Amino acid sequence: MIINIASKEIKSFFVTPMGWIILALITAAFGTYYLEGVNSYFEVMSGAIRPAERVGVTIYVGQTVYGAAFFLMLFAVPLMSMRLISEERRQQTLPFLFSAPVSIVEIVLGKFFGLFAFLALMVVYIFLMLSTLNIWADIDFGYLFSNTFGLLLLVGSFAAIGIYFSSLTSQPIIAAILSFIFAFLLLGLESYFASQPNHWFHHVSLLKHFQTFSRGVISSKDIIYFLLFISTFIVLTIRRLDADRLRG
Amino acid sequence: MATTLKALGLTRLFGPNKAVNNVSFELSKGEVLGFLGPNGAGKSTTMRMLTGNLAPTDGQVEICGINIIEEPKLAKANIGYLPEMRPLYKEFKVNEFLRIAAKLHNIPSKKINSSINTAMEKCGLTHMSNRLIENLSNGYQQRVGIAQAIIHNPEIVILDEPTVGLDPIQIREIRKLIKEIGKEHSVILSTHILPEVEIVCDRVQIIDKGNLVFHGSIDDLKHQRRGNKLLVGFKKTPTLKKLQSLFDIVKIEKQEDLLHVIQFKNLDFDMENFIKVCVKEKLGLFQVSPHITSLEDTFVQLTNK
Repeated sequence: MIINIASKEIKSFFVTPMGWIILALITAAFGTYYLEGVNSYFEVMSGAIRPAERVGVTIYVGQTVYGAAFFLMLFAVPLMSMRLISEERRQQTLPFLFSAPVSIVEIVLGKFFGLFAFLALMVVYIFLMLSTLNIWADIDFGYLFSNTFGLLLLVGSFAAIGIYFSSLTSQPIIAAILSFIFAFLLLGLESYFASQPNHWFHHVSLLKHFQTFSRGVISSKDIIYFLLFISTFIVLTIRRLDADRLRG
Repeated sequence: MATTLKALGLTRLFGPNKAVNNVSFELSKGEVLGFLGPNGAGKSTTMRMLTGNLAPTDGQVEICGINIIEEPKLAKANIGYLPEMRPLYKEFKVNEFLRIAAKLHNIPSKKINSSINTAMEKCGLTHMSNRLIENLSNGYQQRVGIAQAIIHNPEIVILDEPTVGLDPIQIREIRKLIKEIGKEHSVILSTHILPEVEIVCDRVQIIDKGNLVFHGSIDDLKHQRRGNKLLVGFKKTPTLKKLQSLFDIVKIEKQEDLLHVIQFKNLDFDMENFIKVCVKEKLGLFQVSPHITSLEDTFVQLTNK
């Protein structure tokens, strides 16, 4: 049943221009960063830099692309997630789902995984793009995997924030703005207390946990953090929708 | 006949306001129940509770013997619901949308195509199957709404004001469709168009300010309208006293021209005798007909109690 709802969401991304436009923009943006990385690699690595500081092409291009990824996704995800529930509220289509033999948990999970599958498509696309480096170099796939995995968890977190804010309002654009602001604040939370490296803000900052993956380290601590983060917002969304039924 | 839906003491509070107060009723298989009431009477709220879209503050709903609060999934599988604002994803084509509806209602994948076709056929949508819902006219969108409510062949179909905003021809077609659906399924339909109830429904329920004020078959309602009144035309109008000396009359109301509404004491007054006496008394009788209070009047009477 979750799959049915997810497939409905994916279809509806592609029957409206929104899905295609976002895909096109993201492809263009990542393509540009990729090209930029490859072009400047030889410039930077030849000559001036000391041999000890030289890095491989995977890490160099990977850093350029994945460094931009979290920022681009910060814009892209709220635009994709904003309509998930708020549009149903605005068009009053929620009764269609509520009257069908599906639970609210399934509705929310279906919508979340629908969006997540769409976003995963982009993440896999980035991975494939970077893999093309392997044609002329021997690249470090472990590094790519870890980054892909981290980015999946990060966009999953953005999607969870997005679906929650989408459930709060019937105005998609407000949902987009709120989830952007909220994700933006959480992302850079540690920079507010940069002078106190042990402040608890550092532990809840999204970026801090993503950075482990972008160094090529897959640590269970960070995986658990992201999974908890995602489930928190999904539970909040479920509760919000259930309140519709209870409070009317 | 088998009971398909049972509502017991349904109550719903919105803050301090009682939107629905202790409403109980039953619905049998193959019955069309009309839900009448002025605006804001609690029709839609009741329907939302019946379909599991709104949790009742108090009371029970049983769908085919399954409690909707305890086992919502099982119960909802037997309901098709078209809310007042039709829930259509307008960016899809008719058949795409119906496919989504079919999947959501757990129709096995082998049967999906045939059930989509049957639903479209029943609602006269076959030639529109490849059109975007967005581009359809109001009436056709309404048909898509009905199609999604009957696609899984549910025991109970609940339609909230299905003919609002349609033109007379479309209204006729939709009514015909509802009657047809009513042969196989139980149908609840809410409306504030009064004649519609008489045309389509077997049973009527009038709700006002959250309370059930009338509950009975369509004949009961008609009977309530007919009553013990005659519309009589006299060329020479006799006084009330004179008439009262001749018959058991409670009241005379003067209508326009020479017409009068005479209310008898008993329901089974003797019409033949009445005419005989009038002729004998030479009152210039030129018209006698039963005086039927309009449905509107009955409705106003019931809801103003």
